[in-house]
Formats: sequence, structure tokens, C-alpha cells
Amino acid sequence: MESHDGAWSLKEVQKLEGHTDRVWSVAWNPAAGVAGVPAMLASCSGDKTVRVWEQNPSSSSWFCKAVLDETHTRTVRSCAWSPSGKLLATGSFDATTAIWENVGGDFECVSTLEGHENEVKSVCWNASGSLLATCGRDRSVWIWEVLPGNEFECASVLQGHTQDVKMVQWHPTMDILFSCSYDNTIKIWAEDGDDDWHCVQTLSEANGDDLTIKVWETDSAKMMSGDGYVPWSHVCTLSGYHDRTIFSVHWSREGIIASGAADDAIRFFVESKDGSVDGPSYKMILRNEKAHDMDVNSVRWSHGENRFLASASDDGTVKIWELVPVI
Amino acid sequence: MVSELINANPVVYEKKERRVRSTPSCVDEYAVEPIDQLEIFDHLRDIKDPEHPYSLEELKVITEDAIEVDDSNSYVRVTFTPTVEHCSMATIIGLCLRVKLMRSLPSRYKVDIRIAPGSHATEAAVNKQLNDKERVAAALENPNLVDMVDECLAPSNGLAG
Repeated sequence: MESHDGAWSLKEVQKLEGHTDRVWSVAWNPAAGVAGVPAMLASCSGDKTVRVWEQNPSSSSWFCKAVLDETHTRTVRSCAWSPSGKLLATGSFDATTAIWENVGGDFECVSTLEGHENEVKSVCWNASGSLLATCGRDRSVWIWEVLPGNEFECASVLQGHTQDVKMVQWHPTMDILFSCSYDNTIKIWAEDGDDDWHCVQTLSEANGDDLTIKVWETDSAKMMSGDGYVPWSHVCTLSGYHDRTIFSVHWSREGIIASGAADDAIRFFVESKDGSVDGPSYKMILRNEKAHDMDVNSVRWSHGENRFLASASDDGTVKIWELVPVI
Repeated sequence: MVSELINANPVVYEKKERRVRSTPSCVDEYAVEPIDQLEIFDHLRDIKDPEHPYSLEELKVITEDAIEVDDSNSYVRVTFTPTVEHCSMATIIGLCLRVKLMRSLPSRYKVDIRIAPGSHATEAAVNKQLNDKERVAAALENPNLVDMVDECLAPSNGLAG
């Protein structure tokens, strides 16, 4: 489909340099960038460190506020802020997950979660911040309960995937966990009261490749009303837009999907109100071809009312962008 | 370490004569020569097989023709043929190819490594591993694996094998 890129433009706000190896992930602090609190971003890298960046409110420019080093002994693959913005979880190939606390601008490692047998590949907090999920090459997903005093207790170890688990993500409002695996399936996990977590659905696609985006849907109103679990179903595939691996996708509050891929580009998609097909369809509104000098590993929309996006790349940089309509 | 070699008696081929590039009469010092098939092959031909004292060229694991390069699009695909169908060294060889190119080519390059179709029992599985950036990155943080790769990549000392 032709992109109507006359209507949108991606402005590069700033390039954040400092990491000495590829940057794998970025995460916006959800409690920052509002109510006078300067915006804050974390990035993690193959250089074994995590960098925290902050925006200077008067000049609007970003600077590196802290380098979290001397903790992880291998690549830091994933980072995620707790919903309160007070804690940062970092998952590393060294098989540990570190928990950092923001103590008046200084970041202190307050806990180290051990248990995975090898590389941790993804970390994610649930909506309330009461649970943290981690996953890794050992094929397992761990759910950790957050206790007072920055204590973490393993609530459950979820087995089921037959190969590495590459990513975990909680549902934005319900305590339902999604895990994606090298075994080409996505598993959905839920609890039936009393810490009993089990797999409630497995999404498998025979034609899985890493050049397409798939959209799934459920009746969440029905699920939240307590009518039991409503299965997710596949409703749309975006194909033909990427010819190299898609590493990251993220949905903005307005429904704009951003993708970061191995062709150094960032693409944006919105639902097309075509009406001629059954179910939703999407069109590409912009492709920024040379967003970075190397693969884009992560794209993340900021939490605010604006259209700011952060991206992380193999080129060792993080970039802040603004998607602006061109009149 | 494997006590028994997977392929104890590999077929060894003669090394291809190395073409000497002729220097153009008018040399533009600032011109960058596009990377071509031969240049890629030159980076890879002397990589040692992990099991035998021969190069990948001598064992015909890689050939010049099995290299597809498009310099203007910064793309290269290398297809390699393990010496036997059940070669468990296939992933190591693939990793060696990837590491050598990573160290030799400009960072703008996109590299695909694959096994020659039909030449290996678990072709799809090996190709998937070799092209999974995250798995490759994690593997290259394993010192034992890195040592193995570095040994294959080390220039031979010129003494007859």
C-alpha cells in the first residue's frame, strides 16, 4: 500500500551517545515527563551498562544522568520501569535481573533476582507494579512478587515453551501475561486465584516469519466483567512492508503502531478506515529509512500526550524523535 | 571435545589460484572500491574448518560463487556447504563466517548466512540460529565458543598442513 507520507514527518529531536556497544532496549519512565517532573529514559546495552537520561526542563535537551555499571557482567538486554517510576528492572545475559531504585537522582541496585539458568531476555512489570515477569533462554517465565522493603519473591515458574522465551509483556489493565518464544508460539498466562498461574491459550502461526506484524483481538470488556477467559484471535497481518527482521513494535495511545527493523528504518502504521474488509486493516503512514546507521532494536512511544518516540540501535545510540503532521 | 571426528576423511580440494588485482593507471586516492564477491571470498577462504587442518576453501565448504553481494545496498549473503549432512559443526562454521565478516566489513553491511539448501539434515534449524541476532550475540559472549571461533579465524602460520 502506498504510504501517505506527505502528511507526516519524523523529526529527530536528539541523538544520545555514550554507550560503547549496541543498545538493545529503551524505556520511558512513566512517572516522569508530567507535572513538572523532567522526562526520563533508560537504555540498556551490550556494553553491560544501563544509562539513565533526563531532559533538562529549561533547555529541553537531554543529558546522561547516570550510568548503572559494575553490576551486570554481560549484555543488559531489557529494562523496564515500575509503574510508579521508582524502580527500574534490568535483565541481563548474565542470568540475573537487577532492581534499581531512584534515590534522589542516584540509582542504587537494591536487589538482584537469581533463578534463571542462563540469559534473561526480557523483563516487564504488571499494571499495578505488584508483579515483575522475566523470561530467558532456559525456556521458562518467572513471575516475581514485589514485597515491602524492595524484597522480591518468586511467585511462579512457568514452563511450557519448548525453546527460548524471548519476550514477556503484561496486558495494560489485566493481570494476564504474554510470552513470545523461539518455538514460534505466544503463550498467554493467567492466574486462577492463589498464585496458580497456568497457560490459558497458545497462539501459533504456521507461517510465522519475522517480516510481518500480526494483530490479535479479544473482547476485553467481557473478560473484565468476570465472564471468564475470552480467547484472543488473529485479526490482521501487515505484510509486504518490511524486508528485514522487525525487532520491535509499539502502539501509541492514539493507535499509531511504530516498528523498528533490521534495515535501519522506523515505520508507522494506522488503522485504515477503509470499511471494505472484515475486521481492521492498517496502512503505513511513514517510513523513515535511515533512522539509524544500523539495525533498530527497540522503538518506544513516550507516555505523555505528545508524539515522542525513542529508538535504540546497533549503532550504539538512542534517538528521540517527534512524529509531526505536515500541513 | 568430540573424541571421534564427524567426518574423518574429508575431500580436500585444490585451492583456487588467487587473482592479483591490477592497479589502474589513474589512481583516485579518495575513490572507494565497491566490495565484490572476490573480496568477500578473500575474507572467508582461509578460515579453518573447526575439525580438520584445512581451510573452508580447501574443503569446498565455501566457494566464490556461493557469495552474493550487492555493495550499493550493503548486502551480502553467504551460502555454505558442510562436508557431511549431519555435521554438528555447521553452526560453528556459520558463526565463524558471521564473525569474520562482522570484523572485516563496514558496519553498514547486512549479512545473511545460510546452509546450501538440501545439504544438511536440520537446515532450517541451523539457518534460524545463525540469523537470530540475539542468540548469536549471547553465543559470542561465551568464552569457550569465542576461543573456538578465534582459532578457526587465526591466520595459519604458513607451515604445510
